[in-house]
Amino acid sequence: MKALNTNAIRAIYRFEMARTLRTLTQSIVSPVLSTSLYFVVFGAAIGGRIPEVDGIAYGSFIVPGLIMLSLLTQSVANASFGIYFPRFTGTIYEVLSAPVSYLEIVIAYVGAAASKSLILGAIILATAGLFVPLHIDHPLWMLLFLVLTAVTFSLLGFIVGIWADGFEKLNLVPMLIITPLTFLGGSFYSIDMLPPFWQTVTLFNPVVYLVSGFRWSFYGIADVSPALSLGMTLLFLFACIGIVAWIFKTGYRLKP
Amino acid sequence: MTLMLSVSNLSKVYAGKKGDFQALKDINLEIRRGEIFALLGPNGAGKTTLIGIICGLINASSGKITVDGHDNVADYRAARELIGLVPQELTTDAFETVFSAVSFSRGLFGKPRNPAYIEQVLRSLSLWDKRNSKIMTLSGGMKRRLLIAKALSHEPRMLFLDEPTAGVDVELRRDMWNLVRKLRDDGVTVLLTTHYIEEAEEMADRIGVISKGEIILVEDKATLMHKLGKKQLTVYLNEALASIPAALADDALELSADGYTLSYTYDAEQEAEGRRQQRGIGDLLNELNKAGIGYRDVNTKQSSLEEIFVSLVNR
Ligand SMILES: Nc1ncnc2c1ncn2[C@@H]1O[C@H](COP(=O)(O)OP(=O)(O)OP(=O)(O)O)[C@@H](O)[C@H]1O
Ligand SMILES: [Mg+2]
Repeated sequence: MKALNTNAIRAIYRFEMARTLRTLTQSIVSPVLSTSLYFVVFGAAIGGRIPEVDGIAYGSFIVPGLIMLSLLTQSVANASFGIYFPRFTGTIYEVLSAPVSYLEIVIAYVGAAASKSLILGAIILATAGLFVPLHIDHPLWMLLFLVLTAVTFSLLGFIVGIWADGFEKLNLVPMLIITPLTFLGGSFYSIDMLPPFWQTVTLFNPVVYLVSGFRWSFYGIADVSPALSLGMTLLFLFACIGIVAWIFKTGYRLKP
Repeated sequence: MTLMLSVSNLSKVYAGKKGDFQALKDINLEIRRGEIFALLGPNGAGKTTLIGIICGLINASSGKITVDGHDNVADYRAARELIGLVPQELTTDAFETVFSAVSFSRGLFGKPRNPAYIEQVLRSLSLWDKRNSKIMTLSGGMKRRLLIAKALSHEPRMLFLDEPTAGVDVELRRDMWNLVRKLRDDGVTVLLTTHYIEEAEEMADRIGVISKGEIILVEDKATLMHKLGKKQLTVYLNEALASIPAALADDALELSADGYTLSYTYDAEQEAEGRRQQRGIGDLLNELNKAGIGYRDVNTKQSSLEEIFVSLVNR
C-alpha cells in the first residue's frame, strides 16, 4: 500500500475550512449567539431561582452540557452538509475519480467538520467564561471528550450526508434526533433529579454518557462513571466507523 | 506498451425499482497511446456510463479495465493518477475562485502545488483573466473551460472529454479542437464522446460507434472516410433488363430485381483527382448509349458518415 495522499487530504480539508470562513456567520456566530442566549435565560434569569446542582451553581452546571449541545449539532450539521452538497451539485465526481482512498476522504471531510466544531467549542467555552465562573478539574480529559465527541458526531454527520437524498432529510436527523437527545441527555439537569423510571430510560440515550463524562472533566461530578462514559463514546465511535466502512465498501449512494 | 486503455468484457446493469437495465453489454475496446479516439453514439447509448466506470464513478457489473497496464479497481491509485475527466454536465462549485478550484483539483490528484503550471493551463484556456473570479460569475462556456482546466491541472496522460462541445459556440469549439490536438502532440491520449459526426471527423484518429450499450464499430477514421469517398450512380432505365449485358459487366455495376435500375458504385475521390482505375460516369453512360439501353433519369448520391452511422445504429 502506498503512503497517504496527503496532498489530497490537505486539498479537501482546506476547501472545507474555506467554506467555513465564507459562511462565518452561520458556522460560528450563530451558535455562539444562541449559546449566549441560553446563558441569559437559563443561567441568569431562571438559574438564579434554581438551587445549586451537586454543589455547583446552576449557571456553571449547564456549561458542559451547552458546549456538548453545540458540538453535537454542529458536528452533524457541518459534516453532513460538507459531503451532501457536492453530491447534490455533482462536484463529488472529482473526488470519486481522484486517486484518493476512502480513508483519505473520511479523514479530510470528517477532520474538517470536527475541527470546526472544536473551534466552536473553544469559542463557546470562552463565551461561557464571560457569564459564569468556570473551573476545569481534568483539562486533558476534557480535551479528549471534546475531540472524541467532535469526531464521532462528524462521522455520524458524514453518514447522514451520504444517506440523505434531499435537504429535508439532511435537516431531519439533527432536528428530530440530535436536539431531543441532547435536551433529554442531562445538559440542563442532573439525571438523579428525574423520577426513577425516566432515569432508566435516560440510560439508553448515548448523549447522557457524553455530557456526564464531559461535565466530570470540569467539576468532578458525574451521573455515570467517567470510564463508562468513555467506553460508550468509543463504542459509538466504532459503530460510526463501521457504517462508514460499509458505505464505501458497497458504494452506497455514492456509486451507482 | 502501445495500449493506453484496455476494456474487456465490460458489462453494466443498473439496478432499478422498475427492474434492471443493462446499459453496457460486453464491451471490448482498446485505445492506443497518443491517439484521439472519438466515441460516437446517440442519447442513452452508454457513453457516459462507460467513461464513468473507467474513471471510478460507477461500479462495473463485470469485466476488466486497465489504464496503462494498471487495473482500475485493484490498482486504482496508479490508474486514476493518469486520468483527467471532463464530465458531460457542467458541475462546478459556485463560490470558489477559478484559480483555487483548479489548484484544488491538482492537490486532489496528489500533485504538489505548482502555481506556474496552473497559470499555464489557465492561459491556454483563456481563463487567466478570470482567475480571481468566483465560478458562479462565469458563463457556461467559461465553466466548460474551467472543467477542462481542472482535468488538466494534474498533468494527466489520458483525457476523457464527455461531450466537450455541447452548448459551445463555433469559435470556442475550434479553440477546443486546437487544444485537444496540442495535447495529442504532447503525447496525451484522448477519448472524447460526441453526437456530432463532424467533430469525430475533424478530430479523431479512430472512431468507435456505440449503440444500445454495444460497440458496433471501431475503425480508423481514414478507412471510414474512404468508405465515405464512395459514390453511387443510379440509372433509371426505360425498359427492364433481364441481365446486365456482357459488354457492360463490372463488379461495381448492379441491376435491381425488377430490372429497371442500374446502380454503379465508384470512387469519387479518385474520379475527382483524375487518377481513376475504373470507368467514370461518362464512360458508363456512353457505353449504355452504344448498347442501345435507354434511360430516363440518373442520380448520384454520396453516403455520408451520418448515413453510415444511422444505418449502423438502426440495425
Ligand atoms: N444511475 C443510473 N441508473 C439507472 N440507469 C441509468 C443511470 N445512468 C444512466 N442510466 C441509463 O443508462 C443508459 C446509458 O446512459 P448514458 O448516460 O451512459 O448514455 P450516454 O450515451 O452518455 O447518453 P447521452 O448522449 O445522452 O449523454 C441510459 O438508458 C440511461 O437511462
Ligand atoms: Mg452522456
